[in-house]
Amino acid sequence: MSTLGFCNLSIAYDGVLAVNGFNDILHSGEWLCLIGPNGAGKSSVLRAAAGLVDYSGSVAIDQQEIPTTSAKWRAQNIAYVPQTPLMPDDMTVFEFVLLGRNPYIKHFALESAHDKQVIEKVLTRLDLTPFTKRMVGTLSGGERQRIVIARALAQEAPVLLLDEPTAALDIGHQQQALELVDDLRRERGLTVVSAMHDLTLAGLYADRLVLMHQGLCVASGDARTVLRSETLAEFYGVSARVHHEADGTVVVIPQRSINN
Amino acid sequence: MIGPAGPQWWRVPIELLDRLPLITIDSGVSPEQWNIVWQIRMPRVVLAVLVGAMLSISGASYQGVFRNPLVDPYLLGVAAGAGLGATIVFTLRRSATETWWIDPLPLAAFIGGLVAVFATYIIGSAFNKTRSTATLVLAGIAVTALTTAIQTFVLQRNNDVVRQVYSWILGRLSSATWGDVRLIMPYVVSSCVVLLMHRRLLDVLRVGDEEATALGANIRRVRLTVVLAATLGTASAVAVSGLIGFVGIIVPHTVRLIFGASYRRVLPLSILFGATFLVLADIPSRVLSDPAETPIGVVTAFFGAPFFLLLLRARNNRS
Repeated sequence: MSTLGFCNLSIAYDGVLAVNGFNDILHSGEWLCLIGPNGAGKSSVLRAAAGLVDYSGSVAIDQQEIPTTSAKWRAQNIAYVPQTPLMPDDMTVFEFVLLGRNPYIKHFALESAHDKQVIEKVLTRLDLTPFTKRMVGTLSGGERQRIVIARALAQEAPVLLLDEPTAALDIGHQQQALELVDDLRRERGLTVVSAMHDLTLAGLYADRLVLMHQGLCVASGDARTVLRSETLAEFYGVSARVHHEADGTVVVIPQRSINN
Repeated sequence: MIGPAGPQWWRVPIELLDRLPLITIDSGVSPEQWNIVWQIRMPRVVLAVLVGAMLSISGASYQGVFRNPLVDPYLLGVAAGAGLGATIVFTLRRSATETWWIDPLPLAAFIGGLVAVFATYIIGSAFNKTRSTATLVLAGIAVTALTTAIQTFVLQRNNDVVRQVYSWILGRLSSATWGDVRLIMPYVVSSCVVLLMHRRLLDVLRVGDEEATALGANIRRVRLTVVLAATLGTASAVAVSGLIGFVGIIVPHTVRLIFGASYRRVLPLSILFGATFLVLADIPSRVLSDPAETPIGVVTAFFGAPFFLLLLRARNNRS
């Protein structure tokens, strides 16, 4: 149960600003979804929070700024699920998920019995127990996604970052993965930030959407506020119809250009 | 324990028992024969254990920190640097150094190896703004090329030592003494201990620099310590045995194929298998072209390569 704050976050690659003064505060247990065209800076915001890129400004948990020097402290508070995780084929599922305990283990120490218990619990919760001894290389895309989420849960961090969690999945597994994240968020009070391309899914699961464009936040709010066809036309250059279902779901439907 | 001269092989363990306090067995080993065993064969076997273990665990560790299965312990220029150091000593005329209080050959090889790797590291990290390991590996290739060029130049001007240098490069345990063992023991032991302490962290590095960082690992510190320890151990091994090729690649991969890829198993088992492999490889090296010696580097590659191919094939057939 923790809040997550970004204060004047800027990230530059070779002098070119990818994120330009990003500000946001997530309340505890909130799911924020970053949307925006390619190169808008969504992934950069997540990577900064995970300590993978240099940034100016600050990222804070419960109003406490994360020191850039302590990777361990950060990893105890923020778990990061990359878009395309590097998964060694010849590693067992148990070994892979066990890596999530690294932030709690002293430099030269090995995992304690407690660490292994945590892993057992996580594997049981995600119905991964039958996979424990399987090699990572033999798993399907959906199973892989689950063990990466399992590794993130093993970090027992209050904040979970997901970069394009559904990019490699079919529609069924997309739904399963996002439902799983939502369930875990409610069970454990996780604060979630995800970057997503599928606007309908984003609106369906997130409490709040932030639309980014050229490193700036250009719109923030619930799906009804952010997902409007004028906004999408302006920032994505897309012509799309936005349909509101009776239950409040906002559906974005791309349209073909008239001159075709 | 096996060789052209000396007692029958089975008498040696009996004699060893006899030498223990409170045990008296007649092994039928004469004092002269015992001298051959204790002063010539024993240090050779012990050295084979140390060098084999060191090269194997260094190879495994390098493969871990560089996440590249083709890396061997000579990657960052240890071999070329040691070769240059040795070449310089040979050109000084071995006869001139015989009266020195310490044999300068291992020392020069050791220093040459360390200087080369140090240069690699300085150059590599000077250009290394991203956290990529490719820069370091490329710097190693450049330093190796430069050092080899200098070595060739020196050799060209001293044609008479080419044979000696060549035989040193092929690697040998034949001149092993207890002095060599004492010389490298501290380096090998401390290096192995440091590397073994990193076995869990090398597993963390297997998911790549980015994710290891996100999991709270200090990858720069891990990489620096592991490279330093592996290099120090390798340089000491090279200093006394020359370049024994192939051990640092084949042993870790054999262990991986049989026992799985986790470094918690690969590192300790590499020590065990590496030591055994080199002791065994030293036997044909002694007896093949009796009474001359076959360079052990030739034996390790000649027997190691086909064995490794068979293992690879068997494994591919299984999966």
